[in-house]
Amino acid sequence: MTTDYKPNELLICLASRLMQDNTTAFIGTGIPMLAASLAQKVHAPNLITIFEFGGTGAILEKLPLAVGDMRTYNRALHAGGICDIMESAQRGFVEYGFLGGAQIDCYGNLNSTVIGNQEKPKVRLPGSGGGNDVGSLCWRTIMIMPHDTKRFVENVDFITTPGFLTGPGSREEAGLPDNTGPYRVVTSLGVMDFEEKSKRMRLISVNPGVTVDDVIKNTGFELLVADNVTENDPPSAKELRILREEVDKDKLYI
Amino acid sequence: MEKEHIKILQTGHYELMQKIDLKAFREHNRQKPKGLVDKLMTEHDAVKKYINDGDYIATELYGTVRCPMSLVREVIRQGYKNLRMAGQGVLEMDMLAAARCFTQLDWTYIGLEVYGVSQNLRRAVESGHVTKVVEWSNAAIAWRFKAAAMGIPFLPISAMLGTDTMKYSSAKVIECPFTGQSLCVVPALVLDCGLIHVNRADKYGNCQIDGVSGFAMEMARASKNLIISAEEIVDTEEIRAHPDRTIIPYYVVDAVVHAPYGSHPGEMSGMYERDEEHIKNYFGISGDEEKVKNYLNEWVYRIDNHEDYVKQVGEARLNQLRLKA
Repeated sequence: MTTDYKPNELLICLASRLMQDNTTAFIGTGIPMLAASLAQKVHAPNLITIFEFGGTGAILEKLPLAVGDMRTYNRALHAGGICDIMESAQRGFVEYGFLGGAQIDCYGNLNSTVIGNQEKPKVRLPGSGGGNDVGSLCWRTIMIMPHDTKRFVENVDFITTPGFLTGPGSREEAGLPDNTGPYRVVTSLGVMDFEEKSKRMRLISVNPGVTVDDVIKNTGFELLVADNVTENDPPSAKELRILREEVDKDKLYI
Repeated sequence: MEKEHIKILQTGHYELMQKIDLKAFREHNRQKPKGLVDKLMTEHDAVKKYINDGDYIATELYGTVRCPMSLVREVIRQGYKNLRMAGQGVLEMDMLAAARCFTQLDWTYIGLEVYGVSQNLRRAVESGHVTKVVEWSNAAIAWRFKAAAMGIPFLPISAMLGTDTMKYSSAKVIECPFTGQSLCVVPALVLDCGLIHVNRADKYGNCQIDGVSGFAMEMARASKNLIISAEEIVDTEEIRAHPDRTIIPYYVVDAVVHAPYGSHPGEMSGMYERDEEHIKNYFGISGDEEKVKNYLNEWVYRIDNHEDYVKQVGEARLNQLRLKA
């Protein structure tokens, strides 16, 4: 069955499918919130959401609008504070972190701070927020972004949040926790992972109707391509119904 | 025995915006009354007494969630111009930027969440009105408060390493004297004045917060002067009935201001929801300097105090926002 869907709806579904039951996931503002709520209702009822200002294990009945609002600790297991949350991540308790950004490079380094020079910025962006902490301290980070050459660039203007920095071994050399780093990049065109040896971004699946060439053309750096690029399933009728009728019934995002 | 040194591997680009002076902090804390003293006052008097132009101040939690908005509006009303601030902020920082209240920032996140970037802050930074922006992560700022709350000059952390966030901060990277690993060390941040909104407090300043506590515990203890605004002023017996709920004890508090709906247009845990209409309207006009001026006139400058602000929002609207039991 084919159903009409918006690009954002597909992005939410792809991110949601990466959220596993009985795991801890750091949830940021926007699409990660929708994806987490959808995951809880479709396949991961015991997804433990973690919000930076203190909410752990909420049941996302209403969509949060802010990472500290009441909905982030709705029927939650714990309502604490930011230090406890970040220290738990620092001790290795948080498996997944979901992030966005204005620019990303082939090693998954993210910029959400500034376009141009930090001291004389062309465009001042919102800044790290918890982004740097999530990218530093969670085991696996998943980035969610629109895909074009303005965002997927050879060099980001500013490394706000660490990906694999300058390549293999550089996270460890900088002192970041071992065996952490970018895991997936979910975009409007497809899903990327990071090739084991080079730590460079690699296309592993394309979205419905998108070709490998489309993705390459919209990437501003040399993108690795996996041997078997698969095609992602479009949002299922069930995903779409729950997303529209339950997750975002007030149409705040979609 | 030969003296050993801790190796400093990297130093952030910016000088510290607020000097670490823990001796002065201890002396200051020594002077604070340890007895139970009535600290109730108006927001006008509290702000006037405890904030000086040029001071380093901060608010908690942020713009749309349990933020001391009534105190922020009072800071704007009194016309402060050269404040230095630590910024995890949403509309409170946007309004303070629009009113040109500060010129230097320790910055982690300032934006309008789902509504995008803060236009007023962008204008203030891109035009050069804000002369200094130092980068941090959210955890780093919270841990800086924690270091000050612990009464020590810095804390080692495992975030910020390897990034430009570190490079353009005032942090350092050191070699751990025990394990040899690289650690980012973030300097204690002692505020000249902290502003925190709570669910309930007694007149002495014992405070309880419902819901997430954000960084209230750490920031309260990192403040030389601390102004509390509270939805409810309760009898001390109510505090004594649930002392485990007191997350800010009276002795760190200097002023207590009664501010029902003090977080408006943001939300207050267990009490009222955010005023989406008001917030949307503000964000809608925030790109237009003239319209922002009109907003500030309407909601800040032309109003004498928070009591009148609440009247202007209106009982009908506030009742709609009130959470049903």
